[in-house]
Amino acid sequence: MSAKPSMTSRREWIYGWLLLLPAMVLLFAFTHVPAITTLLNSFFSTPRGRRAAKFVGVENYDRMLSDPVFWKVFWNNVWYAVGTIPVSIALAIAMALWVNDRLAGRSFVRMAYFTPTVLPLIAVANIWLFFYTPGFGLFDQITGYLFGWPSSNYLGNTDTALVAVMVVTVWKEAGFFMIFYLAALQSIPLSLKEAAQIEGAGRWTVFWRITFPLLMPTTLFVSVNAVINSFRLVDHIFILTDGGPDNASKLLLFLIYEVAFRHWETAYAASLTVALLVILSLLAIGQFYFVDRKVHYK
Amino acid sequence: MLKSTFLKAVAATALSFSTWASAQAVDLQFYFPVAVGGKAAETIQALTDEYVANHPDVKIDAVYAGSYQDTVAKAITASRGGNPPQLSVILSTDMFTLIDEDLIEPFDSYLSTEEDKKWLAGFYPAFMENSQTGGKTYGIPFQRSTPVLYWNKEAFEKAGLDPDTAPATWDEMVEFGKKLTVKDDSGNVTQWGVRIPSSGFPYWLFQGLAIENGAILANAEGNKTNFDDPKVVEALQYLVDLSVKDKVMAPGIIEWGSTPKAFFEGQTAMMWTSTGNLTNVRDNAPFKFGVAMLPEKAQRGAPTGGGNFYLFKGASAEQNKAAVEFVQWITAPEQSAKWTMATGYVAPRPETWDTETMKAYAADFPAVLVARDQLEFAKAELSTYQNQRVTGIFNDALAAAITGSKDPATALKEAQAQADGILAEYR
Repeated sequence: MSAKPSMTSRREWIYGWLLLLPAMVLLFAFTHVPAITTLLNSFFSTPRGRRAAKFVGVENYDRMLSDPVFWKVFWNNVWYAVGTIPVSIALAIAMALWVNDRLAGRSFVRMAYFTPTVLPLIAVANIWLFFYTPGFGLFDQITGYLFGWPSSNYLGNTDTALVAVMVVTVWKEAGFFMIFYLAALQSIPLSLKEAAQIEGAGRWTVFWRITFPLLMPTTLFVSVNAVINSFRLVDHIFILTDGGPDNASKLLLFLIYEVAFRHWETAYAASLTVALLVILSLLAIGQFYFVDRKVHYK
Repeated sequence: MLKSTFLKAVAATALSFSTWASAQAVDLQFYFPVAVGGKAAETIQALTDEYVANHPDVKIDAVYAGSYQDTVAKAITASRGGNPPQLSVILSTDMFTLIDEDLIEPFDSYLSTEEDKKWLAGFYPAFMENSQTGGKTYGIPFQRSTPVLYWNKEAFEKAGLDPDTAPATWDEMVEFGKKLTVKDDSGNVTQWGVRIPSSGFPYWLFQGLAIENGAILANAEGNKTNFDDPKVVEALQYLVDLSVKDKVMAPGIIEWGSTPKAFFEGQTAMMWTSTGNLTNVRDNAPFKFGVAMLPEKAQRGAPTGGGNFYLFKGASAEQNKAAVEFVQWITAPEQSAKWTMATGYVAPRPETWDTETMKAYAADFPAVLVARDQLEFAKAELSTYQNQRVTGIFNDALAAAITGSKDPATALKEAQAQADGILAEYR
């Protein structure tokens, strides 16, 4: 009699593990094992056909810290994040507020805002490559026709290349974030707004005191995504600038690809990957611990 | 119902027969890249199909693998994963990298007969410079090119220049360029004199300038570069001055891919680009154009470029033998002529140029001969151990000078120091 409860609990225990198993296998095979292997590889030299890998300690990290390209790319990525995240979030809120109102052709406008998200980034980059082309590109044709500006080389100058890449990112991301804000806006009870209006609050006060605070959970979610994306999305750089000129538009993940699959320095690429992971974890922890306190959940 | 079951059975039997037949044949996988406009991919596929149709004992799977960069990345990744292609066209400059990775085999062991050796000697020496090292042949020239100067004859005529004469020297190119640079009323340039693209791999066209100035960028062993040679600095200064001082070329980094288009649109009167674009220009230029050798400074000069056939390790002797036979076939005069006519790549063997097909083609379109004649002055393309990394450093230095963030001497000096750091262990 006394064995029976333990039988049941053991069976439940097995069920539990069986239910967890598929997700766990996938997580281990494609996330945890590669992450640990990467960490281990970063302490070894790159194996070449004729020379096996040997333990080199923190040599790869030393090299990283003294590599001017790494620092250049690190700061590029910081500027890229600072430049794209607030702008795309602000745009997303503005667009969401706009298409949340009753206006003619609302679904059409919503669809138009969302289109960039649906398009593959590589295709988008090819379209923008044409926009930016000096001389006969769209922007030059417009600025030349309207203002008589000379042809410009946005992607070919160290000063403008990163900004040009950032513009594409904002264009691509804002529509995606808009969807989240739109959903959040529709869940805000209308009574709050009406109450405020009865109290005599203007549109700005309503937005700043009611709508925006209630959107904070969404803003947290979106900003975590935006930060991750600013380190994760590099497809367009391959098409637009290939990281150039002189590393001006190179981002961390692009550098990792380049070091790993063009230079074939897999060990150094592993240590760069570890650096990227550390940066991302710090950011995520920071966002959840510090921003979370200011978020108002219902 | 009965009929369809019967048909399915027939189809299944046929299918099993065909797989049985192919199991008996030698299977080869062959990666190829495409780097220029035009009909490169279709032509390779058509040639491969033709070979397979005539050789039932060989089955070749020709895989389009993207750009040169993509192709080498795929080949290396596949090899590391234990599934290498037997044959691949990869940049001739990746030879040292592939040797270092221990992924390729020299062709020599499969070219033992007298006839084979004669065949090997039948390639242009300029193309073999990037294909042999340490007395062994690792690459067979196939998709090879060299940069040439294209000019718009109508633009020359409008500028009061002789439409049939291209600039022969550096000074002439600047002088012509000044006449060819056209501005509108508000002072904006509508047509530049010359366009030397500098995106992606600026080192290649720049190497033309360096060779013309009498400099060699890297030694034949691939373990020492001469980036800070005063002649190289002078060549880079000339390139920078084209935009900054002489104002005959658009400033900043100039896109490689859109260069032919800019030429067709009349954005530039002259352009430097690969002969691999020749057929593309011939088909699409809405005006009469000419093709000339690159202008000279101390001498004529140009780098060679493009891809070689490589034989990958991990194949059976039978597969390697079949692969070598295929390479010999596809570089033979008749096939090579088809390839050259479809793309503009330079036929790598003199005998191809003696075929009736090529003679007739050249008589009709003499521009194809320019690249061949330039081979006499051509030097090996920049290639070292850890090639992508070293040329990457060099590219960064060129881009820094072109965009004005560093002066040529400083940029090249820094690049040389970094390259020395990488190559020291190979000396």
